[in-house]
Formats: sequence, C-alpha cells, structure tokens
Amino acid sequence: MIKKSIAVFLTLVLLCTLLAACAGSGAGNAATLNVYNWGEYIDQTVLEDFEAETGIQVNYTTYANNEEMYSKIVSGAASYDVIVPSEYMISKMIEEDLLAELDFANIPNYSKIGDDYKGLPYDPDEKYSVPYTWGTVVIVYNTKYVDEADVEDESIDLLWNEKYAGKILMFDNPRDAFALAMSKLGYSMNSTTPSEWEAAADELIAQKHLVQAYVMDQVFDKLIGEEAYIAPYYAGDAMAMMEENEDLAAYVPVEGANQFFDSMCVLKNTRHKKEAEQFINFMCDTEIAVRNAEEVCYAIPQVEAYEELDEETKNDTMVYPPAEVLERCEVFVNLPSETLELQSDLWKKLKTHYD
Amino acid sequence: MKKFLTVYTVLISVFLYAPIFVVVFFSFNSGTSRAVFEGFSMQWYQELFQDELILKSLYYSVVIAVVSAVVSTVIGTMAAIGINKLRGFVKSAYLSVNNIPVVNPDIVTAISMMILFVFVLSHFNGMEMGFTTLLIAHITFNIPYVVLSVLPKLKGMDQNIYDAALDLGCPPVKAFVKVVIPQIMPGIISGMIMAFTLSLDDFVISYFNSGATFQTLPITIYSMTKKPYNLKLNALSTLLFAVVLALMLAVNIKKPAKKKKA
Amino acid sequence: MRKNRDPINKKVMLAPFSGWMVLFVLVPIALVVYYAFSNADRQFTLSNLHWMYEYRGTLWLSVKLSVIATVICMLLAYPIAYAMSRASEKVQRNATLFIMLPMWMNFLVRTYAWMTILEDTGLVNNALRGIAGWFGKEFDGLSLINNHGAIVLGMVYNFLPYMILPIYTALTKISYSLIEAARDLGANGGQVFGKVILPMSVPGIISGITMVFIPSISTFIISKILGGGKDFLIGDLIEDYFLGNSGVVNYNIGAALSLIIMVMILIATFMMNHFDKDAKTSGGGSVI
Repeated sequence: MIKKSIAVFLTLVLLCTLLAACAGSGAGNAATLNVYNWGEYIDQTVLEDFEAETGIQVNYTTYANNEEMYSKIVSGAASYDVIVPSEYMISKMIEEDLLAELDFANIPNYSKIGDDYKGLPYDPDEKYSVPYTWGTVVIVYNTKYVDEADVEDESIDLLWNEKYAGKILMFDNPRDAFALAMSKLGYSMNSTTPSEWEAAADELIAQKHLVQAYVMDQVFDKLIGEEAYIAPYYAGDAMAMMEENEDLAAYVPVEGANQFFDSMCVLKNTRHKKEAEQFINFMCDTEIAVRNAEEVCYAIPQVEAYEELDEETKNDTMVYPPAEVLERCEVFVNLPSETLELQSDLWKKLKTHYD
Repeated sequence: MKKFLTVYTVLISVFLYAPIFVVVFFSFNSGTSRAVFEGFSMQWYQELFQDELILKSLYYSVVIAVVSAVVSTVIGTMAAIGINKLRGFVKSAYLSVNNIPVVNPDIVTAISMMILFVFVLSHFNGMEMGFTTLLIAHITFNIPYVVLSVLPKLKGMDQNIYDAALDLGCPPVKAFVKVVIPQIMPGIISGMIMAFTLSLDDFVISYFNSGATFQTLPITIYSMTKKPYNLKLNALSTLLFAVVLALMLAVNIKKPAKKKKA
Repeated sequence: MRKNRDPINKKVMLAPFSGWMVLFVLVPIALVVYYAFSNADRQFTLSNLHWMYEYRGTLWLSVKLSVIATVICMLLAYPIAYAMSRASEKVQRNATLFIMLPMWMNFLVRTYAWMTILEDTGLVNNALRGIAGWFGKEFDGLSLINNHGAIVLGMVYNFLPYMILPIYTALTKISYSLIEAARDLGANGGQVFGKVILPMSVPGIISGITMVFIPSISTFIISKILGGGKDFLIGDLIEDYFLGNSGVVNYNIGAALSLIIMVMILIATFMMNHFDKDAKTSGGGSVI
C-alpha cells in the first residue's frame, strides 16, 4: 500500500516536472510577444488595448539601461521579440547582426514618422528600426534649495558645485555619466582618444565625494521627495518629475548634452516577427502615440500625433528643444570595442575609488 | 543584570522590527511616497491584485519552490541514507561535496552555475535560460540542506528495531518503508520545508540564472526597486508576512500538544 | 547473511546525488577555475590574477566592512542568546520564532525600508528635527545613509539572526549543573562566564561567524541600496563582470574574483576549524 502510494507520488512529481518544463520552454508560443523596454516608458493601457485588439498577449519587461538589455540578450539568457534600444546600441546590434530587417509592408504607420527622424546615422537605410521617442539629457534642480546664481549660466558645472555636496545625483551608467564629464571638458562624447577618457574619469572621480548616490529611475523618488536637489536625467522623465513637484526646474546645459533616439527594433531570433511588426505598427498609430506621449512626456517622431498634442507640450522647449539648442547636442555613436573596454574599466575605477 | 537584559532585548527587537513596521505602515499610505504618510488607504492592496506581473511571478516562485523542494527531498533523502552507510574517507568526501553549496557564498554558486548554463546553452541554438535552469539551480542549493537535516535522524535511529522487524519475517523493503522511513520522517519533513523556504526566498542565485520570461518574485521585486518606488511592494510584503505570521502562530499553538505525545 | 537481506543498496541511493552534485556543483566550480586561469581565447593565463592586485582596495574594503559587521553581530547577539538560553522553555520557543520572523519578509523590501528610516528626509532625521524644533533650535540632520556605516548596518541587520541562533543553541547545551559546580568550587560570576560559559559556546560563535561573514563579504545588494551605489564591494565587481552593467562582460576576470572569495573563505574556515579543534562540533565532515 505504502509502496504503491510512494510510486504514485513519485510519478506525479515526475509528471509535474515534465509538464512544468514544457510550460517553461513553451513560453514563446504564438500568442505571446516579449516586449523589453526601458522602465517608466509606456502607458500601460496601450498594451491592454493592443492585447484586446489583436489577441496577442504581451509579456512586458523592463531594463534600466542599454547595457543591461544588451548583455541579457547576448548572454542568450532571454528571448525577446521587441526591444527599444537607443541609437548607439542599435548600430552596435546591427553590426553584430542581432536585429531583424523589418518588413515595412506590415508597418503602414511608418509613413506617419517625420522625415527628420528617418534614415538617421544609426540606421541610414531605414531597415531595422522605427523611432519610438526622442529627447535630450537635461539637468534637473530644485529651485527651493539651489541658488539662482548657480543656475544662471545653465552650466554642467552645477553637478560639480561643492555647495551642494551630498545633494547631487549622478547617472548610474557609464555612457551617460562619461558623456557629461566629456561635455564639461569640451570633448566629444563619442571620443575615442584614451587620454580624453582618462581625463573624464578624473572629473568623475573628483565629483564622487559630492554625489549622494548613483541612480537611474530611483531619481524620481529622490528628487520629488527632495532627498536630493540636483540630478542629470532624460528630458521626458524630468518633465514627469516636474509635474509631481513644482519646485523642480531643468535646463539643457550650454556645454551640450546627449540627444537620444530610442527606436523599436525586432530581434533576429524572434519567433514572432509578424506579431512584433504588428506591435510596432500599433505603437505608431496616431491616437496611441498621443496617449503614450501624454504619459511618458517624451518627444514623439509622429507628425500627426505631434500636432494633436496640447499647445503647452508642443511649445515646451524642454521636450521639443529649438534648433539652436539641438545644435549643441550630440548623438551617441557606437564606440569601438577598445573604447568600450576602457570605459568599462574606468567606470569600475570610479566605483572602486574610495575617498 | 536582569533589567539590563530586558532593556537590551527590547532595543534589539526594535532594531529587528523597525523596517517591518515601516513596510507595513506605509503599505496603507494613500500617497505614493515611501517616506511621507498622507493618510490611510487600501489602494496599494487593490493595485497589487491587478498587477499581473507580480501575481505571475508569485505563481512561478511557488511552482519552482514546490518542485525543487520535492525533487531535492527525494534526492537528498536517498543520499543521506547512502552516506549514512559510508565510512571513513569516502564519507567525509561526500559530506565535503555536500557542504560546498552551503559554505560557498550565494554569488559564487550563482555565477558558477551561470557559467555552466551559458556554456551548455551556447551549443544549443534557440535554447535560453528559464524554468529549467532556474529549477536545476534551486534543486542544487536545496539538496545539501535536506541531506543535513536527514542525516542526524539516521544517526539517532535505533538500528535494532529494523533488525527486529527483519527477524520477525518482515520483507526488507517493507521493513525499510515501515520502520526506517517513519523514524527519519521529521528530518525529511524539516528538510523539505527548509528547501521550500530557501527556494521561495532566493534572490541571488535566481538573479543570475533566470531568463526574461520566467521571473520569480524576488527578481520582480528587485526590478521594481530600480524604478520609482511602488508601495505595491509594501502591500505584497505585508500580506505575505501576515500569512507566515498566521501559520507560525497556528503551528506554535498546536505544538505543545504534539510534544506531550512524544 | 545480514548483507543479503539489507535492501538498501547504497550505490543506488547515492547515484542521483552523485550525478547531480558532479554535474551542477563540481563541474561549475571546475569551470570557474578554468575561466579564472584562461583568457577570452581560452588560452591559459595568469593575467586575471593581476586584477586581484588592481582591486586590492576593494578586497580590503569588503573584508573590513564584513569583519566589522561580524564583530558587531557577535557583540549584539551574545547577550540576547544568553538571555534566551536562560529563559523558560516556552519563552525560548517564542523568542526563536520572534527572531526568525523578520527573515520572512523579502530582504530587498526590508533593506529598502532602511532607506526610509535613514535618509536625510527620513524618519530618524525628521524626528530629530522635530525634537530640535521643539527646543527652538535648527538641526541640519545626520548623514546616516549612502556611506560605509549604512552598509555595515545593512549587513548587521540582515544577518544578525544567523549569529543569535547558533550561539543560543550552543548555550542551551551547557548543563546547568556545570555552572553550579563551578560556583560551588568558588568561582565568581565573571569567572563562571569566562571559564565555563564562554568556552563552551565557542562552537556556536564560530558557526555564527561563518554564517554572518560569508554573506557579508559577498553581498552586492546591500552596498547598492544603502551605499548609494558609490563604492563597489567585491560582490558588485563580480556582478558587473558577469552581467556587464558597465558595458563589457568578462567571465574570466569575474571568475578570478570569485575564486579569490572562495579561497579567502576556505582559509577562514580552515582557521576557524583549527581554532575550534577542542570544541569539535557535531554533524561530522570537514567544511569543504
């Protein structure tokens, strides 16, 4: 009797394991699309609408920066269908043959994208990507605590101002952090000269004792809650924070800042290319793009959708900076691997420099 | 002395429970801040039950914990019985290997398995980390704890009862099932419970060995802490904590009666 | 005859275990060693070990903070463990539960709660500000977070129960008659503690030390949450090399650093076991 029940038990366990294993490996069946996007970067109701309209389930996960997304994908740890990398990551991934060529017949809404946002250097032949949003890096500060005199010149130096020691936040990813230091020194943020990188690293090390914490999206809590007063961040998120705390203000630094284009791409090894293209097309729909833009506050590349935004947003120079501001901004290009390696080493040097 | 100890105990309790109190208290916040209490509300609990990602990863966590606990209990109990029969160098070699995952820091266990999985998966196109790798990882760090909790019971077992059963004509397999298993049952059960809780609570090993589509609860919680803090996490933690507290109380009230029997 | 009727074939019993442990414990560790001593082209090299020198500051900081955390845990845990071991059986059972209970809440969430408590605008500073305001004074607040002290606090908080419970277990094993005997022989309170209780609780202290030190030295979360992501500990470096958060994945250096942690812990446990020779713990088998 007991023998029998043990046998039954073991069989059950085995069955469960097998069933569960099948469920695990079958996670990518026809109806589920794996979308991997930045945190705080979508209106969730849009996803629900997409699911309702097409019957395709969306498995939506997020990452904090391009590098995190990239290493997840190349380690083979994960199979995603749609990703939203920034421009320099797109060129890197095109080079490494990770992205699928899109079939634009399935993306009729591509015609709604403004010409200014098509055929940009990272995807010159318009084969791999459809722009999602764009923006610049801005410096956010709290007017209650930061003296007007210190922000008058709209300089990057505010991030190095001793007066605000312990109240300054910094990007917790090397590319964005080094770009700020490079701009401060007057170098190109796409420099491949090792000595310039070393100099930028020295700047970051010199800044370290002023930094309260290195953060990504935790910046929201800290700035809104007035735990910190100054932080560089992406324009759209800056807008979102300014809505929550009206003492916050922001500027694009005069030394220049990074301008980024985040675009939707499909991975080469996707099993759902058609559904992925359907998703991209859906996101470019005017009504959807407007709703999404209102939620995420970033600038959108869809012309019609832009026209439908309210006047205040359209004229907001933070979200849609005028040409002369954009002129001093720089778009990231993919760095050669020696420079990437140097960047990674210098970043660790910063993090292992103990005051 | 007595007074000092009382005061001291109170202080340590405050230290241990202050964060718990903060988590529970702010789970009822009507605002969005984890530091400024604006008023009482149950909104985070409502939102929690609408969050598919959290619910799904909770489900995945339980699945992984149950399956890995059962499998590791079977393998671990068998191993303990085998090891108990070994002597000398071979025995201590087995015990040493068993101890590796216990003594090694989680992160080392985690990356060592990650290397293996990446190494193997890179030879099979189209396969990825996910349920299977996670399950293997969890079973691996669970087995030693099962072995360690069954072994002492085997040592303390009275071999004579088993021999007596055989002498009285009981077939060996039946004697094993009827005599040995019941005697080591407490060890098996506590090993299984331990495996279950270790698996449910594991963050580090899952962090390095889970893919995109199969995330356990701790992984989801970690990815949520990287975003603007969401008080749903407090609501979730409060609920799970309440469940455990209730279970503990129930077990604890039952226990004295059981003890008298033994 | 005895052998024949024994149904338990140890080979069969050990087979799944042996297979599993070889495949998923020994092979992975061999791979760590292999990666630590090879480069990206899979050729033998010792160059990864030079990073040990490069990161000596990180190693030192990790050791320093975890030793401090371990010592604090020991000092905090002993009186509690002692008080527990002297209490009635019912109190002992409840106290054990009481100490284990916090561990049932996800440690990330609990560690995050410390942020709420310690921040510049956190509960402690707000309370102090309130008190100062009561006396009509200005108070800037204390810097309680994003520094090494906060990291140590996080370690102590998360791992304190692992120190209390083994010491308590060791203390409960001391028979009361032994203490009485010492007293009868004229030992005073201090002598009883120093010559009887403390030596007999050494096994508990030692397993407590291992259980606090090992997770402390390898943590990479506590330093991120409570240290403000500023100073890397050795665990942060390993995470970075394996997951490539700063843009480059390098298993070889990551494996070399992991190997260093493993060797350090091996040496530490060896020293402990040596120290523990007189008071040998039950359970059997050398550690590693």
